[in-house]
Amino acid sequence: MRGIAKSFLGVRVLSGVNLEVAAGEVHAVVGENGAGKSTLMKILAGVHSPDEGSVEIDGVSVSFAHPVEAQRAGVAIIYQEFNLLPERSVAENVFLGREPVRRGLVDRTAMETDTTRLLKELGETSFVSHDLVRHLSIAQQQVVEILKALSQDARIIVMDEPTAALAEHEVELLYRLVARLRERGIAVLYISHRLREVFDLAERVTVLKDGALVRTADTADITSDELVRLMVGRDLGTYFPPRGTETGEVRLSVRGGGNAVLDGIDLQVSEGEILGVAGLQGSGRTELAKAIFGAEPFTRGTMSPLRPRSVRQAVAAGIGLVNEDRKAEGLALRQSVRDNALLVSRSVRRGGRTDIRELLESVRLQPPRPEQEVRYLSGGNQQKVVLAKWITVAPKVLIFDEPTRGVDVGAKAAIHDLMRGLAKDGMAIMMISSELPELIGMSDRIIVMRDGRIAGVLPAGPSEETVMHLAAGEVTP
Amino acid sequence: MTERTLTSFSLRRKVTGSTLIIYLALIGVLLIGWVLVAVDGGNFLTLETVVGIQQRSAALGIVAVGQTLAILVGSLDLSVAYLISLTSLVAAEIMAGQDSGILPAVAAVIAVSALIGLVNGLVITRLHVHAFIATLGVALIIKGVVDHLYDGPSGSVPESFQRLGYDRLGPVPVSALLWAAVAVAAWFLLRRTRLGYRIYAVGGDEEVARLSGVRTGRIIVATHVLCSICAGIAGLLLAGRLGAGAPTVGTDGGYDLESIAAVVLGGTALAGGKGGVPGTVGGVLLLAVLDSVFNQLEVNAFFKDVVRGVVIVAAVAVYARRTVRRRSR
Amino acid sequence: MRALRSMGPIFLVLAVLLVLIAAANPFFLEPAGFLAFVKRAAPLVILAAGQYFVIVSGEFDLSVGSLVTVQVVVAARLIDGEESATWWVLALLIVIGLLVGLVNGVITTGLRVPSFITTLGMMLVLSGAVFLWTGGAPRGALSETFRMFGRKDLGAVPWSVLILLVMGGAAIMLMRSDFGKRLMATGDNERAAGLSGVRVNRTRILAFVISGLAAAVAGILLGGFAGVSAQVGQGLEFQAITAVVLGGVALGGGRGSVVAAMAGALTLEALFTLLNLYGISGALEYAVQGVIIIAAVAAGAVRLPFKRVARA
Repeated sequence: MRGIAKSFLGVRVLSGVNLEVAAGEVHAVVGENGAGKSTLMKILAGVHSPDEGSVEIDGVSVSFAHPVEAQRAGVAIIYQEFNLLPERSVAENVFLGREPVRRGLVDRTAMETDTTRLLKELGETSFVSHDLVRHLSIAQQQVVEILKALSQDARIIVMDEPTAALAEHEVELLYRLVARLRERGIAVLYISHRLREVFDLAERVTVLKDGALVRTADTADITSDELVRLMVGRDLGTYFPPRGTETGEVRLSVRGGGNAVLDGIDLQVSEGEILGVAGLQGSGRTELAKAIFGAEPFTRGTMSPLRPRSVRQAVAAGIGLVNEDRKAEGLALRQSVRDNALLVSRSVRRGGRTDIRELLESVRLQPPRPEQEVRYLSGGNQQKVVLAKWITVAPKVLIFDEPTRGVDVGAKAAIHDLMRGLAKDGMAIMMISSELPELIGMSDRIIVMRDGRIAGVLPAGPSEETVMHLAAGEVTP
Repeated sequence: MTERTLTSFSLRRKVTGSTLIIYLALIGVLLIGWVLVAVDGGNFLTLETVVGIQQRSAALGIVAVGQTLAILVGSLDLSVAYLISLTSLVAAEIMAGQDSGILPAVAAVIAVSALIGLVNGLVITRLHVHAFIATLGVALIIKGVVDHLYDGPSGSVPESFQRLGYDRLGPVPVSALLWAAVAVAAWFLLRRTRLGYRIYAVGGDEEVARLSGVRTGRIIVATHVLCSICAGIAGLLLAGRLGAGAPTVGTDGGYDLESIAAVVLGGTALAGGKGGVPGTVGGVLLLAVLDSVFNQLEVNAFFKDVVRGVVIVAAVAVYARRTVRRRSR
Repeated sequence: MRALRSMGPIFLVLAVLLVLIAAANPFFLEPAGFLAFVKRAAPLVILAAGQYFVIVSGEFDLSVGSLVTVQVVVAARLIDGEESATWWVLALLIVIGLLVGLVNGVITTGLRVPSFITTLGMMLVLSGAVFLWTGGAPRGALSETFRMFGRKDLGAVPWSVLILLVMGGAAIMLMRSDFGKRLMATGDNERAAGLSGVRVNRTRILAFVISGLAAAVAGILLGGFAGVSAQVGQGLEFQAITAVVLGGVALGGGRGSVVAAMAGALTLEALFTLLNLYGISGALEYAVQGVIIIAAVAAGAVRLPFKRVARA
């Protein structure tokens, strides 16, 4: 791709970007949200067409008017949100839109055999070609997306934040899959926020900032600190606000809590404290949050101030939850910032009249426009609206499930600051995160979940290795 | 060989679920009906009742098969009832009592209904009008035209074509055979053709289908054309039965809402992308058997409506419970 | 501001229609003429307001037409010309309306039956039950007091216009209240609303109850206005939904204003009036109506969401 430029509604989002990727190469593309990564990839995939510049595949200049043309030319893109039909089988999804036909009829046997063959080539045995996609895990669905790309004979595969929804052990599987793709001579463009993956997987890395190319480098020639500086122009050390020193009385305690997924949960959080919750995906982290929040309640054990049987009881007792999935669970996207921010206080009739501007300033929403529909906000600003929603009712305990997922680095720091600020003001905070640096940087204590139980409690500032070992069950402290 | 078994295995897996429930319910209702009628001193499963059930269900069944396609693609068609009236009139007028008019009449009916389906589909896909409003609007247009031109039965259907309505081969009425043919054709379309696969895809998630290169607009239009043709065939059948065309035959039968009810009763999701023809056939048969039981017990016609309403809601509630349980897995 | 802008088109269409009516019939410009129009429109506007609550929560209510029929038929049989029976029968009708809404709501939310089916079933049950009770045709007669609401005036203003103003005002207040905001959030994103502490099911049930109440009131007005017949409510559910959609309210929930929905109903009624005035009466009226509905919705179509399935 050479000299690519693109504007939307007069706003220039890309200018003069060059990018090349060789067969059998994994090329990482990094940058803050809004840096232009997605737009660049969508140009390659034929979703947008460039205003300037050219795209060449194997030296031949191409231009795509529709994603399907890009697919035919060998470009496949795997979005964060999968493009799969849950009610159809794996094979039907793999061949969607390209069903093989024999004598005018869909050749189901061919579909099944081809899919089975591809599954075998990838070494995937956990599901078969006629399983319904609805029954597959997120990681398995990702494999289906890769199958789809392979069956189209894709030579360039774009993966957009492929690990965002994966647990640590699933990430390992993904690494292996990417390695297989590389062996097949496929060029992989790998978009990620997570620097570790960039160094683990990619030969080269391209940094974008504000729609322009900053630098393309061999991963061997660059350090992760340098990379972060290139992305944000800021040092790693300023990532996390300083920890609080004082913790007060216990705000939340659970004794012997359990339900269908969880068992023997003992924990307490005090005012002013940030309790980190680590664990692999599927370890029960999110379920723990939902149990305390009354969404999937505990059925055993005691909890103070009370063991909620519903979300409303939890909210009434001063417990709030900032969900993992903002768009699906946190916000009514077509309603205004105001109506979203006030939703909780309106449903429990607490907090009295709120000055909306003051509220939005307190979460540093920029610009603070209460009448704007939240769907037009960036990820970071949306998360701030979710936060505002809870601040209106001044909860005693606030749980954050992956608070900075899909949020760019700048907004991330702001959210971290806000969390620390809330703790200083006396709130007890629980924070679930898959990003260990974040978790370790923010938490005053960390509990590690494994198989629905608490595998261990760690003091502030453990090493990533300690947390990982505990989460994976390799050692007991 | 392993591939063959794989395919048949997946086939079996798909048949279970809601389709199984509807057929179990059908057997249940047959048994209960048989007992009730026997207690009442009658004989339920006579040739007469079996033929009656088939005849009663044929017209609704044909419409419902078409409606299944529309609902599977994520749409729905509220214009079928008026289209049935219109096509019955078109058929009877063109036949005008002459055998020689049959072929042109059938051709005209297919053409008219295909045209209406095309309009429905284009209004939905090109003008971006919600299917509910689009087909309701088209229904009003047809009603206006039909009511303006006719205020009673009109035209005449020749003796030979009336056989479609009343003749039978052994215990099987010709109309039931016609229904079976339509159902099998639709089933085959859904299971074995690209159009069928894409109907499921568009109904499952239009955006996903589009990104996979499916021309979703065309699929929706094609589906509406097929749905309307089914309604046209039902119109032909009813014209054969009445011996004439009638401006109210479609609405009197309540074919619009009733066909949707039958489809949903058969386990097809109203949101699209899930379900199929076998379920619909079961749903239609269930409604017909209920009807037949009530007739034999000489239950008040209004009471039938009450029971029918309850049955439809109850069946869908059962499917909903199953889906919830499976999700919480 | 945003709300005002999104209301725009329907008011423009309504204004144009009203001007056209006035051009053909100057009497329309006099208070009496205009009030007569509003009086005729009142039942549909009230039904549309009720239907709006259900639609904005992401559901349908197909049972309102047969509910109106039930109201009128029940009233006629129970009152049977007896003045003294009027008031308790009126109270009973309101209770029936609320109850039907409650059942619709509870089945839809509690048993997770799509409301299209719930209310379709309710439609069958209601029309079946009421004629089962009366033996197939309406019987009895309404009292003068009962008919007052639909056809008489209080001073210069018809009763039904006053009732419409009260109901419309209440609907607007409700949508501005916390309940209204919770209802919108529920229709937009049920999960997010629930996890914010909104009692999603209760909110939806209340929407159905409001629709039931609106149908009860519309039935009382129509009974007075049009008299007793078995067809009085026929097709009203579709008219009400059409009116709401004409007002720019999206099927699927979470968008649109109740004022626009009521304006949609007025527009529909103005359309009928206009067609009559220009001599397009009888059957062809339907055809023109169909064309205009499609055209109006198509013109305002910022792509209505068919449905968006949440990804696994």
